[in-house]
Amino acid sequence: MASYLVQRLAGTIPVLLLISLLVFLLIHAAPGDPTLLLLGEETNAAEVAKAKAQWGLDRPLYVQYLKFVASTLTGEFGKSFKYAEPVSNVIKARLPATIELAIFSIIIAIVLAIPLGVWAGSKPNSWLDNVGTTFGLFGISMPSFWLGIMLILLLAGVLNILPTSGRSTYGIAGPESTGFYLLDSLFQMNWKAVWDALTHICMPALALGVNMLGILMRVTRSSVLEVMNEEYVVTARAKGLREKNIVWRHVTSNALIPVITVVGLELGTLLSGSIIVETVFAWPGVGSLLITALNSRDYPLVTGIVITYTAAFVVINLVIDGLYAVIDPRIRY
Amino acid sequence: MQSLTLESATEKTPGLVSRLAPRLHAKAFTGGLIVLTFIVVGILGPALAPSDPNKQELTAMTKPPQGIGSLHVLGTDNLGRDVLSRVIYGARVSLLVAFAVVFISGLVGISLGAISGYFGGKTDFVIQKLVEVVWAFPPLLLGITIMAFLGQGLFNLILALVVQRWIPYCRVVRGQALSLRTREFVVASRCLGARNAQIILRHILPNVIQTSLVIGTFAMASAIIAEASLSFLGVGVPPEIPTWGTMLADARIYISTAWWLPLFPGLCIFVTVLGINLLGDALRDLLDPRLKRAGSGI
Repeated sequence: MASYLVQRLAGTIPVLLLISLLVFLLIHAAPGDPTLLLLGEETNAAEVAKAKAQWGLDRPLYVQYLKFVASTLTGEFGKSFKYAEPVSNVIKARLPATIELAIFSIIIAIVLAIPLGVWAGSKPNSWLDNVGTTFGLFGISMPSFWLGIMLILLLAGVLNILPTSGRSTYGIAGPESTGFYLLDSLFQMNWKAVWDALTHICMPALALGVNMLGILMRVTRSSVLEVMNEEYVVTARAKGLREKNIVWRHVTSNALIPVITVVGLELGTLLSGSIIVETVFAWPGVGSLLITALNSRDYPLVTGIVITYTAAFVVINLVIDGLYAVIDPRIRY
Repeated sequence: MQSLTLESATEKTPGLVSRLAPRLHAKAFTGGLIVLTFIVVGILGPALAPSDPNKQELTAMTKPPQGIGSLHVLGTDNLGRDVLSRVIYGARVSLLVAFAVVFISGLVGISLGAISGYFGGKTDFVIQKLVEVVWAFPPLLLGITIMAFLGQGLFNLILALVVQRWIPYCRVVRGQALSLRTREFVVASRCLGARNAQIILRHILPNVIQTSLVIGTFAMASAIIAEASLSFLGVGVPPEIPTWGTMLADARIYISTAWWLPLFPGLCIFVTVLGINLLGDALRDLLDPRLKRAGSGI
């Protein structure tokens, strides 16, 4: 299996290189001059030429690309036009916010979807199943950004119980060490900051996780339905085990294999979803940074973010492939 | 305690299917009704809309919904434009984008998938590499990047959405074509002197069309959400064309003062996507239960 994973990992390198070329060309062919956008409309030709020389935009395109690949290999991605520092630093500063949000959404999705899916699947056509199925269908059909806006309208606007945007209230959080506000506050045992971070994260996390919640619930349900007909379940029932034990011990553990596949598959959608949900909640992560970078035509930053996202997506898929073998010993590479 | 005989265990499956049947009808009916309404509103938009969706009435800005029979049933926006008319016109854009994306990506995906699976070898290798590269992008991200490159526009938007959406068809059809090409009726047809193009058109395609129809239904739901997402982020259609996504984007700053502005366009996206998903579920259960087991399209 190790050799399979190494082979797969090596196979992703040409894919990533092709993607970097594609993104580089796409961004450079885009209308809009970054120098004009950053320096403003009232600059003179000399200033524009100076800025272009400084950012290397006056060189031929292939030189710019080679320079970009070289800086990518060092993990730097070049220098951001707007922030005037290495792209990797700009992304690194924002990454914990996105990861924290993604993890929290996955937790919300899993914690709600799996019990609901198991209940629904173990009692097909009961009222629980009907509630669960409707819930699942609503989840997959819900545009996450609209749910975000509606949550803001209801919980922040009308009921005024949660903050509308951002990661924390100014002045409450202690000094940053990991960049993950919840972890940092927990380590510092600053309970007020923990609560503050929780109130900020729950709305965006719910909005981001709702599609995954719906899909997971549906997959769990159909997987449980299928396993319920297996012979070992009939045997367990014949032995006189209680239905509750059968469902939670024998059925659920076997029904969870396809669920893990789906969690992996959906992580990509979650990553893309974070771009839009972060924009709705002004969450200072990589997703909202991408939109800012696109609007100001910050080439190195956009390319850096797209490659980071894509690399993350490729690696996640690889890890999920490896996980199958661990969870299901019948799978061998 | 249930009776536990071997017979009851084996009879369980058909029993389950017949018990689920009424639900299937309900799904198909509700989904079909929603989708039909969406199509009719989309096509007849200009005839149904009470006013021009871009007409600004500066004397009637941000008016709340006034109820059926009044001038502005769903209220007006910050520029005094009628929300109901804009929502109706928004359906047109969603309908156009969704159908165009599904049709073009289906055409591309099914053709490439059939060619890839039927011919195998180098052709298959090249097509599958292409699939791998395009599929390595997280969904939406590729759309955003392409739109940033092409600029706002309806045609560009369709293109940006097609770029990744042909892949599910291609993968599934390739798999089916791989197994179909060794089947007796294909081999027999080849022995009788049929050309490759003839075999693909007459024998491979008819066998993959049902599965593709199911994929297409779910692809339509995802295309509507993707269109709204891109328009919401400001990289979709130009601002002068009213769409549900741009309406939501415009409404963001008025969340606290005008609840109806984000409510109605979002509700339209949600209900339409819900209807399409219901229809897709019913179609899948009816045409291709294998897809459910494979976990795709869920």
